[in-house]
Amino acid sequence: MRGATHAKWAACAAAVVLAAAACGGGGGDGGSGGGSGGVLSSSWGDPQNPLEPANTNEVQGGKVLDMIFRGLKKYDPETGEAQNMLAEKIETSDSQNFTVTVKDGWTFSNGEKVTAQSFVDAWNYGASLKNNQRNAYFFAYIDGYDKAHPEDGGKQSADTLSGLKVTGPLTFTVRLSQKFSTFPDTLGYPAFAPLPKAFFDDHDAWLKKPVGNGPYQVDNYTRGSQMSLRKWDDYPGPDKAQNGGVDLKVYTDNNTAYTDLIAGNLDLVDDVPASQLKNVKNDLGDRYINTPAGIIQTLAFPFYDNDWNKPGSEKVRKGLSMAIDRKQITDTIFQNTRTPATDWTSPVLGKDGGYKPGLCGDACEYNADEAKKLVKEGGGLPGGQVKITYNADTGSHKQWVDAVCNSINNALDNDRACAGNPVGTFADFRNQITDQKMSGPFRAGWQMDYPLIQNFLQPLYYTNASSNDGKWSSKKFDDLVDQANAETDTAKAVGLFQQAEEVLRDDMGAIPLWYQNGSAGYSDRLSNVKLNPFSVPVYNEIKVG
Amino acid sequence: MGRYVVRRLLQMIPVFIGATLLIFLMVNVMGDPIAGLCGDRECDPATAAQLRHEFGLDQPVWRQYVTYMGNVFTGDFGTAFNGQPVTELMGTAFPVTIRLTIVAILFEIIVGIILGVVTGLRRGRPVDTGVLLLTLVVISVPTFVTGLLLQLLLGVKWGWIDPAVSSEAAFGELIVPGLVLASVSLAYVTRLTRTSIAENRRSDYVRTAIAKGLPRHRVITRHLLRNSLIPVVTFIGTDIGALMGGAIVTERIFNIHGVGYQLYQGILRQNTQTVVGFVTVLVLVFLVANLVVDLLYAVLDPRIRYA
Repeated sequence: MRGATHAKWAACAAAVVLAAAACGGGGGDGGSGGGSGGVLSSSWGDPQNPLEPANTNEVQGGKVLDMIFRGLKKYDPETGEAQNMLAEKIETSDSQNFTVTVKDGWTFSNGEKVTAQSFVDAWNYGASLKNNQRNAYFFAYIDGYDKAHPEDGGKQSADTLSGLKVTGPLTFTVRLSQKFSTFPDTLGYPAFAPLPKAFFDDHDAWLKKPVGNGPYQVDNYTRGSQMSLRKWDDYPGPDKAQNGGVDLKVYTDNNTAYTDLIAGNLDLVDDVPASQLKNVKNDLGDRYINTPAGIIQTLAFPFYDNDWNKPGSEKVRKGLSMAIDRKQITDTIFQNTRTPATDWTSPVLGKDGGYKPGLCGDACEYNADEAKKLVKEGGGLPGGQVKITYNADTGSHKQWVDAVCNSINNALDNDRACAGNPVGTFADFRNQITDQKMSGPFRAGWQMDYPLIQNFLQPLYYTNASSNDGKWSSKKFDDLVDQANAETDTAKAVGLFQQAEEVLRDDMGAIPLWYQNGSAGYSDRLSNVKLNPFSVPVYNEIKVG
Repeated sequence: MGRYVVRRLLQMIPVFIGATLLIFLMVNVMGDPIAGLCGDRECDPATAAQLRHEFGLDQPVWRQYVTYMGNVFTGDFGTAFNGQPVTELMGTAFPVTIRLTIVAILFEIIVGIILGVVTGLRRGRPVDTGVLLLTLVVISVPTFVTGLLLQLLLGVKWGWIDPAVSSEAAFGELIVPGLVLASVSLAYVTRLTRTSIAENRRSDYVRTAIAKGLPRHRVITRHLLRNSLIPVVTFIGTDIGALMGGAIVTERIFNIHGVGYQLYQGILRQNTQTVVGFVTVLVLVFLVANLVVDLLYAVLDPRIRYA
């Protein structure tokens, strides 16, 4: 029998070389033994920006970074909790000065050691204005950011952040410009990943074939069509890849990817197209996943427009919120891949993390009579009609906007109360938002960067924050957020954030619509497939065969 | 002949400049593309300004256009937003689309002309009526319906082909997408050939050829077909450009990473460099194809002379 086992391993090895299908199906219980050699294929979209940790702000590029990088922290794929990964410890006594100790024994897949310098160099690179990194603002809390990245368009007077100091081969200190107690928990975001010397020495070569320190290494990358990632055998971390590798294939259309999955040519689709949601149960059975993700959809209002920002407007906004039958829309249009929202965060945070179902209260319950009454008390709809602006190029925004309008029209007994206002491209939509040209409510979506209640509130509703598209502003809200950030006790901080959220609710700064789920489907070759709170498949845990 | 070609080539210059300028302005009118680069949040102003500067978007439009055209003549088509030179994108996209176009054109020429000849010679018979009906159906059904239907039937239900074309996009994989892409033009080619053949069949030279006792296949290929092909060649020639540019739908359905896909991405991301670069090359293809068609006339009908 020994011989037979050897033969099986040889076959497995051959399978890895050929990047071919499963092996080891015959013996054992399909545990980690047999399945670890197989390579799976997965759908992918062409990343919009160059693939660098601090330059990647969308899911497709993030997917790759998640496979080839490990940072100081990592978010638990189940709970979303930030756990130490490369960090031995992160200490602070005042929530403003942090001492980071990096674990010994980690290397990049090209053999370079991961040191404190790898982090400091990467962060300095990410923050420096001359490198054009789209995610530079992640470093904005670190002291000296205003010198390395003058927001006002002034001249850059420093290349590095003065708040970062390497104090030993594996230790460095971070000084923030303000108190930020949950700062260590943000460090799992890919922008904070360490970078090897190779990145700085030959940047073009690195971009062609990125080198990181995660469980996978890039084997082959043909831009725009495919990236082949293979298990890195010497990966020192605890979360080794359970499969031989992943081939990410670029699809022009997620419908084609889905068709390919059904035809048996693809193993994993992590974005089931809306038009297929009706068939997916039939096609895939329990190989369809539909789990909550840290994404919330809201309707924002242009508070720079006086019509929406006068005394009594909050009643109109609340009335509109009550005129939306969330339950019916999520049932019929989204086939339950969305959950009606009852607060402004996401269920993936958990109760301890700040998710508080029902915080929105009556204002998020459908109630036509009350809605009519509130809109009337608030002085009626500005201009007699609301227009909901959205971008029509991606997603199925048109469908739900029309449904929301229908619901509002029905509730208010007025055929002209609400209409959709489509904008051709996402870029143009963003343009109109940045230029403050919105005249009524508009679609706003938020995908969390890290699972913290702070991330659902501060960037979106703090005065002049980076994503406060509606320019809602409240002194009381800002004060509570500041207090929460200064609070070292997590439970107390969460409580303060929730109080801030109540301020937002009372003024109805934005209408929460629904929490979005991640959806995925996979072939019968795979097992142990799940999505993390960012709705990205946990690739390293997938078993093939 | 030589002077005619030179004159035609010179005429291309204003057409070329006009076309690129129009595309350039159209993409510019859509607004600031940088706004879409940072996802659902505002780019911080400093980075946005820096990016705008890098892509030359902070210049007035006419200056952008002049710089762009200047670069194009040195073979520099700029950089796409993902940091890849546009020439590199072209290098991967054009071969794929050219292969797809070749498959489509071959279908048009072989199937279209044969069907046209057959029906033209048998006017009014059941074969003719059948093919006419079929072409009517093909013309009236949109390409994406044919494409999705064939993909579902051949790819998923019967498993004859892969529903998605791999990144190599070899000729064999492109047969079905090529047929889908060609379908509408194929129907037109059939109808054009049919009419032309039916008309010329009654002409004097054909009657003479038959009276001389020439064998039937020689009458058809040398006399009848050669004279009937001029409108068909014109159509196929102009169709080359249209097929390459119009492959957007087919390429999307069958996951082909060609020109259509790059153009689609470019338009979605409002990437002036990509869109203008690809369209520039398409305009060139169109112009050259037209020139070749005009020159082919003389081959088909020696009475046509170019001064």
